[in-house]
Amino acid sequence: MPEGPTFAPPTDQSILLPFAGTRREIAEYEAHGGYQSLRKAVGMTGEQLVEEMIASNLRGRGGAGFPAGRKASFLAPGGERYLVINADESEPGTFKDREIILRNPHMLIEGILIYLWMIRGTAAYIYIRGEYHKEAAILEGAIAQAREQGYVGSPLMGTDYVPEVYVHRGAGAYICGEETALLSSLNGDRGQPTAKPPFPAVSGAFKKPTLLNNVETVATVPVILGMGGAAYAGIGTEQSTGTKMFSLSGHVRHPGNYEMPLSATYRDLIEGQGGGLPEGRTLKAFVPGGSSMPILMPNQLDTGLSFEAVVAAGSMAGSGAVIVVDDRTCMVRFALRTAEFYMHESCGKCTPCREGTRWITELLRKQEAGLGSSEEIDLLLDICDRVEGNCLCVLGDACAMPVRSHIRNFRDEFEEHARLGRCPCPDDAPMSELYPPLLRAPLPMVAAT
Amino acid sequence: MADLYDQIQAEIAKYPDRRGAILPALRHAQEHYGWLSPEAIEAVAEALDLSPARCVAVASFYDMFFLQPVGEHVVEVCTNLSCALVGSDQVLRRFEDELGVRAPGTSEDGRITLRRVECLGGCGWGPVVSVDEEYQEHFKPEDVAPLCERLRASRPTESHA
Repeated sequence: MPEGPTFAPPTDQSILLPFAGTRREIAEYEAHGGYQSLRKAVGMTGEQLVEEMIASNLRGRGGAGFPAGRKASFLAPGGERYLVINADESEPGTFKDREIILRNPHMLIEGILIYLWMIRGTAAYIYIRGEYHKEAAILEGAIAQAREQGYVGSPLMGTDYVPEVYVHRGAGAYICGEETALLSSLNGDRGQPTAKPPFPAVSGAFKKPTLLNNVETVATVPVILGMGGAAYAGIGTEQSTGTKMFSLSGHVRHPGNYEMPLSATYRDLIEGQGGGLPEGRTLKAFVPGGSSMPILMPNQLDTGLSFEAVVAAGSMAGSGAVIVVDDRTCMVRFALRTAEFYMHESCGKCTPCREGTRWITELLRKQEAGLGSSEEIDLLLDICDRVEGNCLCVLGDACAMPVRSHIRNFRDEFEEHARLGRCPCPDDAPMSELYPPLLRAPLPMVAAT
Repeated sequence: MADLYDQIQAEIAKYPDRRGAILPALRHAQEHYGWLSPEAIEAVAEALDLSPARCVAVASFYDMFFLQPVGEHVVEVCTNLSCALVGSDQVLRRFEDELGVRAPGTSEDGRITLRRVECLGGCGWGPVVSVDEEYQEHFKPEDVAPLCERLRASRPTESHA
């Protein structure tokens, strides 16, 4: 029988998950200082808590890196308002929120309760992806324990505020990780994005002001209150403070989730924590922050993990999912597999994404089969340019940006497929071509205008 | 199915607007009926006081809802990047050979449905295979035959336990 998930040991700088194994029981969590930050928070006003968050300079851990304190301050005042936790973790390569839930669910619940108190939220909904069956059950169990302990569903620590927390399970749709699509889904519609404004802070869950945050962002809040915002801001870099979970996968000796200070580098992560590539293989490229981000090359290994360092290197830190690719890998197949995903997950609402992701995928499929041409490689780049920045949400960009980077960095491989009329990779290359070539008729070629 | 109706009412109580309960309601219905048959959709629509058309419109958006019958067991192989890099394509091929069907499809005896799915969130522990909603990590081609044997020997409810 295959073994279950293998959790990486904590790193020297772990403050979020500074222990091995799991702490799922509330008694265990409380024995290690759990729910003390909530107690501290209840002694503070909402404004003071927002100030503390701003002092920590915590940036959102879901992908965009928006300052979490400022985001909280945008919420429209008064009345019915909601907190929504984005646990829809679906960006390929990302499995960190799942590890937080599996290992330390009460840390998330405590963070939620602090946030709820801060905004005096009517209720919190944890939108967890439908596939996370076990994780949803763990959260339900943790909420039940917190309820028994009087933290949920009864007046909070001598105040008249009653917090309520629910788990809401998705049903399989990558796009529901996008905030407006998630809210459409929570509101009972198809999970399609909507135009902003209105922003969720004004009209979100059930058309009420809503604050939406990623699991890791919320789980970090008890740590920030425990050590103080200023002390937290002392870790990492000036613009990217604290530690962050990085999901390391692909061709690396020790894959897993590693908590790294944001002042560390990709080399520290891949070679230091991950032990480098398996024996006899060399690094071809790496994805720095989930499959939607442009790839980086081996000579960029010393790039910092901070938001600003990755941008300076020409990509984005995204969700912190690092995928290591070795020298045997066919980059045309890699690009095709990437594009297929976004084509499959496009919600179909806006034209550039719906049509663009399809065209990119079809052309890559031709290219992989050796039926493409140099002109069509240019056409691919042209389509990428036309998709990026022209879609209702960022899903179209998420397809165009990486594919463009695959072509730019490995153009010779794409050309070789066209020249040889087949994929030059050996049979034992990591990815096979799952679709027989031209299972469907290729799209007719039209000149780009 | 009075218990399904009651389950859906319990879900509705968690939301300020009953429409919020549509995903949990569809999930409960799928658990009861095995798939979202017209009868299942009708039951959801009635319990939520929404039109069946709206329920189908929502259900059809999501990968985890089955609008066609599926086998007693559902096996899903992640073939996204991280899993593909460590051999998930070979796992999928072995399943296809073992079950005599190309994904997506159901074995001729109707017992096992095989699907290729996108990232399941187990990227460092790949290849990841989801068997009746339960993840199996580090899955190897040689794990395929014993798994299929076990599934063929068990009824759907047993594998959930």
